[in-house]
Amino acid sequence: MQPNTGKTRPVEKVEGVTIRFVGDSGDGMQLVGSEFTKASAIAGNDLATFPDFPAEIRAPTGSLAGVSGYQVNFGSRDIFTPGDQPDVLVAMNPAALKTNLQDLRPGGILITNSGAYTEGNLEKAGYKSNPLDDDALKKNYKVVSVDMDKLTQAALAGSGLSNKDVARCRNYFALGMMYWLYSRPPEPQLENIRAKFKKKPEIAEANVKVFQAGHAFGETTELFVSQYTVPAAKLAPGTYRNVTGNGAAALAIAATAKLTGRQVFLGSYPITPATEILQDSSYFKDMGVVTYQAEDEIAGIGSAIGASFGGSLGVTTTSGPGLALKSEMLGLAVIAELPLVVINVQRGGPSTGMPTKTEQSDLYIALFGRHGEAPLPVIAARSPADCFYAVMEGFKIATKWMTPVIVLTDGYLGFGSEPFRIPEEGELKPYLVKYQTTVNDPAGYMPYKRDDKLIRPWAIPGTPGLEHRIGGLEKDSMSGMVSYDGMNHEKMVKTRAQKIRNVIEDVPDVEVDGEPTGDLLLLSWGGTYGSVRGAAARLRAQGKKVGHVHLRWLNPLPKNLGAVLKSFKKVLVPEVNDGQLANYLRMSFPGLDPMQFNRINGKAIKISELTAKVNEILG
Amino acid sequence: MSQNGQTQNPVPTYTKKDFESGVDPRWCPGCGDFSIINQVQKAMPNVGVARENIVFISGIGCSSRFPYYMNNYGMHTLHGRAPSFASGLKVSRPELMVWVITGDGDALAIGGNHFIHTMRRNLDLKVLMFNNRIYGLTKGQVSPTSELGKKTKTTPHGSPDYPFNAPALALGSGATFVARSIDIEGAHMGGVIAAAAAHKGSAFIEVFQNCPVFNDGAYTFLTDKAVKTDAILRMEAGKPLLFGKDNKKGIRFDGQKAELEVVTLGENGVTEKDILIHDPTRSDPTIAFMMANLSDRAGFPTPIGIFRSVRKPTADENTWEMIKAAKAKKGDSSLRKFLADADTWEVK
Repeated sequence: MQPNTGKTRPVEKVEGVTIRFVGDSGDGMQLVGSEFTKASAIAGNDLATFPDFPAEIRAPTGSLAGVSGYQVNFGSRDIFTPGDQPDVLVAMNPAALKTNLQDLRPGGILITNSGAYTEGNLEKAGYKSNPLDDDALKKNYKVVSVDMDKLTQAALAGSGLSNKDVARCRNYFALGMMYWLYSRPPEPQLENIRAKFKKKPEIAEANVKVFQAGHAFGETTELFVSQYTVPAAKLAPGTYRNVTGNGAAALAIAATAKLTGRQVFLGSYPITPATEILQDSSYFKDMGVVTYQAEDEIAGIGSAIGASFGGSLGVTTTSGPGLALKSEMLGLAVIAELPLVVINVQRGGPSTGMPTKTEQSDLYIALFGRHGEAPLPVIAARSPADCFYAVMEGFKIATKWMTPVIVLTDGYLGFGSEPFRIPEEGELKPYLVKYQTTVNDPAGYMPYKRDDKLIRPWAIPGTPGLEHRIGGLEKDSMSGMVSYDGMNHEKMVKTRAQKIRNVIEDVPDVEVDGEPTGDLLLLSWGGTYGSVRGAAARLRAQGKKVGHVHLRWLNPLPKNLGAVLKSFKKVLVPEVNDGQLANYLRMSFPGLDPMQFNRINGKAIKISELTAKVNEILG
Repeated sequence: MSQNGQTQNPVPTYTKKDFESGVDPRWCPGCGDFSIINQVQKAMPNVGVARENIVFISGIGCSSRFPYYMNNYGMHTLHGRAPSFASGLKVSRPELMVWVITGDGDALAIGGNHFIHTMRRNLDLKVLMFNNRIYGLTKGQVSPTSELGKKTKTTPHGSPDYPFNAPALALGSGATFVARSIDIEGAHMGGVIAAAAAHKGSAFIEVFQNCPVFNDGAYTFLTDKAVKTDAILRMEAGKPLLFGKDNKKGIRFDGQKAELEVVTLGENGVTEKDILIHDPTRSDPTIAFMMANLSDRAGFPTPIGIFRSVRKPTADENTWEMIKAAKAKKGDSSLRKFLADADTWEVK
């Protein structure tokens, strides 16, 4: 260990920093990342995070496949994404270094656990020699190589803990160093550790000791040339919490039950990356949420539709493969005209694809993935916190229009996190979900007799005198009884389609970020919002005439979209797929041929790669 | 008031007619389904539940047109999926009486997964399965209950597959009520339906049903006058399992071989005391399972009646106990307080 020189290091003020913590999937990097995030949030920084982990729960220790990471971008200015390029890489072993070093900004800080660079680990990572001895590494990065294994053991000498337990504390050493490096007060973290390991006080104290050792090490070592501070960001006043997209979706499910006074019924089946919505919601029983883990994806949506028939607000959660399985059921919800919300957390496809990696490739299936003529509203969330509002909106539309609604999020939003301003008391307005309780026609109750918006009434079991039967067969346009009459079918198909077009009254116009006209319009949807908004701001700062429009509504498309698209010389559609929105626009606006920028690498689009593309186009 | 704000109406006095929707059933003349709906409509006035609180949910197939003919709330859903809709409805509205109407293909082929899970959960659903051992609506293909060697349009050289024994499958899946009846045994079927209605928990009834068009005579091996008394064993709770002419034959449990055997009273010293007493309330389903499997064994009669009827807390009861406990523990939280139940920080 370096002797304490007593020197204080200069404190540099920085606007924003991106840190990536990487290690074995058992190393606790998700924990370290989220703890550091919490500290940044409490310090008032705006932030965004994203975890990155393998589909295997525990790949072999030290292997490349087993590397798990957590990236946090925090700053004193608006943070749009978890960051393109880490400024700091904390790599706990050679495999983590090997798989992540290429992302580290040239000149960035590499903090690594030299104790893990054993012959065995080097071999598993495919290194012929120890990369820490490589002069090029030291030339390109500020390398802080620390034997965290040894220092953790030293801090816990005489603790009586097993070697395994001692080794498991080392992530707190790394966290302690990061606290010092970014001038975070350590005290709240000590409380956190004690609360987290309340049931195992000896482990809590060990982690506290190791955390303090890491903090002290930062202070005393001369390996760091300076310490940093990131001032608080200018966020709207209020009370904040951090939310992931999946966490926010679950909060919206509970909030909807509260705002409507109706039971929300979530029927679902576990699937990565959507499972957390079901898990979180199962804790919200007191809020009026009933959860049901079905035997499969089909039964998940079936139970939700069954509950909707009974007057509950049915919702199901899934990801791509599950959405494919649910498509027949969605057709039934369309023809029966029952309210239903489907939250689809997109992942890399087709088939099992890349379960833990993000993609925006379910736009087609959301818009068109049913047999027969079966249109339905499609909404996409734009950020982790926005998953709350997108899901709430999904319920409102589904219950008002008596239709299934698909809310698209993705793995990047679902796992990613950002600060969420908790709405003030009364800020979220209650709304009425009403049932038909009286006979609506001289001939008796007519379940498909519509109002002027083409919405049918909703009478639920338990209501005397309104007993009726509905189902998947085409139905008479009034009574709902089975009808094989061709003209009636045509009328019903067109009526259902028109009803979905009528939803436009609830679709706000798009707003252009930047000037209303210009050389190039960036048009995005869903989870790419942050990257594209960030890129647009950067491009305008460079003097480019670039606007940004973000689509929340995919069906129906906003009324003014066509006109807005025409106000720019060029339109570029960045997507994490092979061009699904771009093609949909070609179909919806004949003559328009937008340019595409597509990434299908399981990651969000980087601000830097998008600005480079725009600069290439605009010359 | 129920969860959804509907009042619990007092149950009026009904007649069979109150459960007829007025839509003429579109089943083939002579179809066994007529007899089944007749018995259900006859049973409904006596189940003690208001008409608007009874729901019929079906899948796809001839049997699944059933809800259209009942004057209740009803849903004609997707092939095999009726149990999933019914499960969501029952969990969300436990005060409703929910029936699932299904067939052998619907329940045991495309819907097999939903079927076994509905049984093991012990949700309070009544599943009425019409078993005609054929796909009728698609005009005559082999079904999962068709016998080995059965010649159908898709098995012109005979079915190579062994069939399901539906009550055995239900028992193996954990059903708390399992029964069997036959379409032409109206009174017997009515009794079984009433017992299922009174049961709390997943109830399964298999009804052997003749398809006069695509599988005519499927059950004549049981129902022909000449063989009937020897072929059918009528299980009655608390009574010895006797059958045959003058009830001279019986089922005995051979303890050494651990199997059931057919014996004749008065032969080899056999008396009524040797005959197994039927007890559907045994908590161990093993004997019920052995009884269910008799119909597949040569030389044994086919049992009808209630194989098993056991009361266990249902999944919907368990769910609502947990909801009640969570509400009692957490109280009525405001939305803001709920959303702020996390690590929070203030921005001024």
